[in-house]
Amino acid sequence: MRVTVRLFARLRDLAGAAEMSREIEPGGTIGAVWRDLAGEFPALADYERSISAALNADYARMDAEVHDGDEVAFLPPVSGG
Amino acid sequence: MTKFSDTERVTVPLLAIGPAPLALEPLVAAVTVESGDGRAGHDGAIVTFLGLVRNHNQGRRVQYLDYEAYPSLALKAFARISDEAYGRWPNVRIAVHHRTGRLEIGEASVAIAAASPHRGDAYAACRYVIERVKQIAPIWKREYFEGGDVWIEGATADPDDVRAREEAERVACA
Repeated sequence: MRVTVRLFARLRDLAGAAEMSREIEPGGTIGAVWRDLAGEFPALADYERSISAALNADYARMDAEVHDGDEVAFLPPVSGG
Repeated sequence: MTKFSDTERVTVPLLAIGPAPLALEPLVAAVTVESGDGRAGHDGAIVTFLGLVRNHNQGRRVQYLDYEAYPSLALKAFARISDEAYGRWPNVRIAVHHRTGRLEIGEASVAIAAASPHRGDAYAACRYVIERVKQIAPIWKREYFEGGDVWIEGATADPDDVRAREEAERVACA
């Protein structure tokens, strides 16, 4: 199944794309999407413990299951205001 | 209900994010209960906050900032933060607008208004909201300074982090 991955701020810079489509095993989690991504872009691995995630534009945990067509977003530490 | 005529005021959303320049007046209007509403006249205070782009940060001379956001999630974050404030200060009414894109020194990046029957709650709720926006809203600033640029990274955004929420409440009520 395929999911859309969205990256923001420095994560986007490190991966060189704001949005990408990726294949994921059925039953996969947000964490699995992240691990594949960090394998593809090793520079992202440093963010393992500081990122948060969103699933279909709602905050989500790394163990949340993803489904075909979902939008998974990874957020580096925020700095709004 | 928005009506586009000369005599009707165009409705301002309580929560917004986008590239348009910010002003406090629309937020004040947004939190003001209109006459005719049963709650009209109940408020005794509106406290506003305007966050500005500063020309210095950690010893660097800042030239400008570029704000990026995940707008759909940011609006949900603002709604969540407003709900938290309503839970803590039940009679407040909150408006939050955040700007994105390139902002020059002195321009406003965030505007907040909190209306309440009593000024103490309005001050506390307003402060709480900006603290929580900085903690969890999916917004990032890239700082361009003399000699380079850097993404500013603050808090890991975790809306369920109880300690962060308590810290925001503590600051708000100090």
